[in-house]
Amino acid sequence: MLTYAAKRVAATIPVMAIVAFLVFSLLYIAPGDPAAIIAGDQATPADVDRIRESLGLDRPFVVRFAEWVWRVLNGDLGQSIFTNLSVTHMIGQRIQPTVSLMVLTLILTICVAVPMGVAAAAKQGTWIDRLVMMVSVSGFSVPVFVVGYLMAYVFALQLDLFPVQGYTPIANGIGPWLSNLVLPVVTLSAAFVALIARVTRATMLEVLSQDYVRTARAKGVSQRPVLFVHALKNAAVPVITVIGLGVASLIGGAVVTESVFAIPGVGRLIVDAILRRDYPVIQGCVLMFSFLYVLVNLGVDLLYTVFDPRIRY
Amino acid sequence: MSTTLLSPVDVAVAPALPDVLPPRRARGRVGMFIHRHPTIFAGGLMLAVFLFIAVFAPYLGTADPTAIAPARRTRPPSELFWFGSDMLGRDVYSRVLYGTRISLAVGFSVAILSSIIGLFIGLVSGFTRWVDAIVMRIMDGLMSIPSILLAIALMALTRGDWKNVVVAITVAEVPRVARLVRGVVLTLREQPYVEAAVASGTRVPKIIWKHILPNTLAPIIVQATFICASAMITEAILSFIGAGTPPTIPSWGNIMAEGRALWQVKPHIVFFPALFLSLTVFAVNLLGDGLRDALDPRLAKRI
Repeated sequence: MLTYAAKRVAATIPVMAIVAFLVFSLLYIAPGDPAAIIAGDQATPADVDRIRESLGLDRPFVVRFAEWVWRVLNGDLGQSIFTNLSVTHMIGQRIQPTVSLMVLTLILTICVAVPMGVAAAAKQGTWIDRLVMMVSVSGFSVPVFVVGYLMAYVFALQLDLFPVQGYTPIANGIGPWLSNLVLPVVTLSAAFVALIARVTRATMLEVLSQDYVRTARAKGVSQRPVLFVHALKNAAVPVITVIGLGVASLIGGAVVTESVFAIPGVGRLIVDAILRRDYPVIQGCVLMFSFLYVLVNLGVDLLYTVFDPRIRY
Repeated sequence: MSTTLLSPVDVAVAPALPDVLPPRRARGRVGMFIHRHPTIFAGGLMLAVFLFIAVFAPYLGTADPTAIAPARRTRPPSELFWFGSDMLGRDVYSRVLYGTRISLAVGFSVAILSSIIGLFIGLVSGFTRWVDAIVMRIMDGLMSIPSILLAIALMALTRGDWKNVVVAITVAEVPRVARLVRGVVLTLREQPYVEAAVASGTRVPKIIWKHILPNTLAPIIVQATFICASAMITEAILSFIGAGTPPTIPSWGNIMAEGRALWQVKPHIVFFPALFLSLTVFAVNLLGDGLRDALDPRLAKRI
């Protein structure tokens, strides 16, 4: 177990290094001279040169990359061109809504999609199966902001059940926090539920056709334990793999959902940064989200051993 | 099918083989195709309708999609404005119809470009060990950046232009195709018939062309349809958050972005492009599902 974990952790380091390299290159080739932007309109060329030198922008790519990596390792993602605040600080201020949104979405998705997929597989070919598959194709097809506006229109504007927009920090009470997050979470879940339900169904179908399931049935185990004890545990590895991979689209969806529901999270930070061409902020957010994604998938890899003790390499 | 026409023989056989039993009246070839691949037919038909709309947008009762008429702004749908008008008095119906062009153009371009580039990278990686080691690490890195964020970051570097949108989304999608092709190549290389070809002295280009390429085609076509669908959504998202096609072009994402400020009072501006986008993506996804079932028997038996 420990060697496996150590190997998996070690394997993510080169991936993170490549991600860091790609993200740094993005900013490196970004148009516009940061020194000129910071110096402003009144600056003389000499001023711009001085600022460029003080920022170390005149040094070669490799040196700047190494220095940047060192700063990132120390938690410094640079400074916003627009607000002059540190990017780490800006992300820290806005991380809570985004994390709340994503964690609740994950919980809701797993609670809804896995039973859906199991039901569809258990009743293969019936109307339940067709309904689940239909819902899942539709869930893929309706873009996240369309779901968002639909939700907000029906449940906030027409039925007045939840707030239309905004976010209440968790410190102000669980109730207001939840009621603000219900619609965004349901919105963000839609496509994710579609994906997970489909994968659960496909994997369950495969597992249910295995010999040991037939043996279990033959010795008189009833349907429910067969599905949830024998089959689902063995279907868990592919399902959690896809959940881990799906976190990428969840991150993309969060950016959009935060815009639709005016949630002041990291997604909104990226959108605002793009409109202002605030490259350090874009870079910092992309890097943060990518690392988050890599770490989630590392967690998934480690979870494998819980569900399938045979996995040891 | 009316049950009264069934003969006793049919009734006796029917329960055992409900789907394979030929109907009493022989179907034509088209009928057979619809019967065997209903999702390909339905998806293809819907997509054909949207293609028709895209090509013939100027002749479908549309006005100039950019013509402003401030006096008649934010009208609800009516006989004059079928889908209503936006806050500058532009006809939403015309804008949505012209928007079909952008969405389909982006979807198809990204699907074709990323398939070709991904195929090339996948083939080279599958056959050259040292390229494989380097290129696949880069692909891993690219795939670790959530694709929408990668597209957003790339768009931040360039001007908003639909061609740049295509490039940005393609970069984000290429690793998936490359991985897929590489996987297929690595399995095929172990196949006895490929080993036989190698043993009999067939040159590598000919092996790729004759034995490998035809086998990568089916999974690539299926993958390309799903890429097309996701590219259309990504384009709409990029435009929606202001990092996509320039606002002067009526793309569905742009129309929704503009309707955003007013959506609580004038939902029709957001509704119609949203409906068109969802239906188009649904059509492409149906087509992709059907194609996968038809072309990839290994996956088909699961569905």
